Amino acid sequence: MQKDKAKRPAMSRLPGNKSSKFIPYLIPGVLGLAVIIIVPFLWNVCLSFTRWRGVGPMKFIGPKNWIRLMGDATFWKSFLNSFWIIVAIVVIPTILGLLISSVLTDVIQKKFGSKTASFIRALYYLPQLLPVAVAAIIMGWIFRPDDGAINALIAKFTSGPVAINWLGNPKLALPSLMFILIWIQLGYPIVIFMSGLQRVDPELYEAAGLDGANWWQKFRVVTLPSIMPELMVVILTATIGALKTFGPVYLLTKGGPGTTTIVPSYYSYNQFFQIHQVGYGAAISTSLTLVIIVFSVVFTIFQGHVEKNMDD
Amino acid sequence: MSEATISAAAMGSAKSSAKSMAKSAVKSRAIKTLRRNARGLRYVRMAQTSTSAGQSNTSSAKAVVRDESEHSQGQTAQVSHKGKHIRSWGDWMALILLIVGALIMLFPIIILTMNAFKTIGDYNATGPLSLPAHPTMSGIVGFWKMSDFPVKLGNSLLISLIVAVLGVVLSVLNSFALGIGKVKGNRWIILAIMLANMMPQEALLFPLYTMFKHIGLYNTQWAIVVIFTIIQSAYGTYLLSSVYGTFPQAILEAATLDGATRWETLLKVVLPISWSTISVLFVFFFVWTWNEYMIPMAFLMDDNVQTVPLALATLQGQHTMDATTLAAASLLSIIPTIIFFILFQRKLNQGIVAGAVK
Repeated sequence: MQKDKAKRPAMSRLPGNKSSKFIPYLIPGVLGLAVIIIVPFLWNVCLSFTRWRGVGPMKFIGPKNWIRLMGDATFWKSFLNSFWIIVAIVVIPTILGLLISSVLTDVIQKKFGSKTASFIRALYYLPQLLPVAVAAIIMGWIFRPDDGAINALIAKFTSGPVAINWLGNPKLALPSLMFILIWIQLGYPIVIFMSGLQRVDPELYEAAGLDGANWWQKFRVVTLPSIMPELMVVILTATIGALKTFGPVYLLTKGGPGTTTIVPSYYSYNQFFQIHQVGYGAAISTSLTLVIIVFSVVFTIFQGHVEKNMDD
Repeated sequence: MSEATISAAAMGSAKSSAKSMAKSAVKSRAIKTLRRNARGLRYVRMAQTSTSAGQSNTSSAKAVVRDESEHSQGQTAQVSHKGKHIRSWGDWMALILLIVGALIMLFPIIILTMNAFKTIGDYNATGPLSLPAHPTMSGIVGFWKMSDFPVKLGNSLLISLIVAVLGVVLSVLNSFALGIGKVKGNRWIILAIMLANMMPQEALLFPLYTMFKHIGLYNTQWAIVVIFTIIQSAYGTYLLSSVYGTFPQAILEAATLDGATRWETLLKVVLPISWSTISVLFVFFFVWTWNEYMIPMAFLMDDNVQTVPLALATLQGQHTMDATTLAAASLLSIIPTIIFFILFQRKLNQGIVAGAVK
């Protein structure tokens, strides 16, 4: 198809049609992409070298925002918190998801029928389906400091009024936020892993069983390698999602108390719209973009290595 | 070992997808003509072999997207003749543990529902954990009126529906040019689209805000429609162009032999055959747009243009709001989502897996 590039014009997969004849189909999409994504992104990069309050004169200040960023404790704190958000959105749900999905597939689906298995799966997936803002508000309601359900539940066991300010206490805010994010996220890996597990040949399990493998050994030797592609997809997409986390933080803690739950996307939003430091906000959001791209590239290379090793 | 299993699964699914492709192809006029002569049948058969060969070496993630429908049928068949009745003590333990886990997941929603029908007096007297003593709709009706809920619902529906339609149209056009047209530089365009998918919205937020203020679309639903049509179509193009990249060559050749133009090939051959992927994209674009929060929050200031999640967030922002009203409002806000889930469960299940890349 793509041979003889130098001599003949590139041909499409439709015989007799030159590739160039397809350009008109691409025009609306590429134009839209340029106007809504590419230009704004480059513009944002440019803004990171300015001092601007969003209105009025814009001043070019070179790399000053970036220098300030390097020494900004809040900026580093926001990425440190991103690490904990990744624990809550990637690490814990992935481990729990592997466990739950393999039990759902191995035990529930086989012994109790696939209807039971997909019903239980749907229950775990429900929070994923809700708009993230709505899910966050529901959990915020459950964690209400004075009269919330969690406090009421604890009071049942301790026989005394409980008024723990889960999201307002500097020590508890981040763990509580993480708990909420785990609740929101858990269904995602379960659904993806379960669909991957359907592909595993049952004979492999039987063969492993005949060899006297226990559940954990079967899991490690048969299950895990089989769903490696899904595992990679979940880790990559969930990590990108975790780095972008905004809604729950904005709605539940506003990064507080203090900066205990601040994350990069909320920090940049705060600079843009609340204290009108557009240039600085642009520097934060650009650096977040860079982190995401670097992570994705490194991860994809790592993924290639893993898949290669498994081939050998 | 696993690679072998995967490609075996991919082969199997490719066969079934080729079958379903052939089935839906019957609908398209080009293939109908094709079937009339003996030559045509050979092409369909060729298409089948060429897909199963072509599919086996596509990346397994892509295979996942394709073989979804087979799984849902396959798993019931597989289970029915397995020894369902031999349930050990451990099996029951596993079931109980998973149900307890599911109840923990559901706990917030259950408590929320209970309290949505309470009066505030009831709530203050007995707390959030008891059933309503005097069930009332006043919280729900109150939020319905206060937030002008039908307007919010209308805005959400309008925005999500238009984005889903336009997003799908753009995705199909892009993917046709990239996957089948192999337009020069298609790799670069796909790379740009991948980067666009990863981009955090904050990195576009302020320039978009300035742009839309300038052209007077700020604070209108159209700003959201335009932005999300492009954002969703970037994802759709990424997914669909890889599907079109492995579109059976023989079917394309048959269409050309039939004298179909590019446009006719797209409408009458490519579109009908890829309809199931497209419908998954449609449902997902709709749900994703419905669920969006940050950009709508930054762009939609006035009450009469806001969406359902924004209405709830506004209410939550008022700290004087009592617990039962907030519960009722949250419940009302999740009802549309529950309805979609029931309506589109199958598509969503397929799409969650296809949507893994998001």
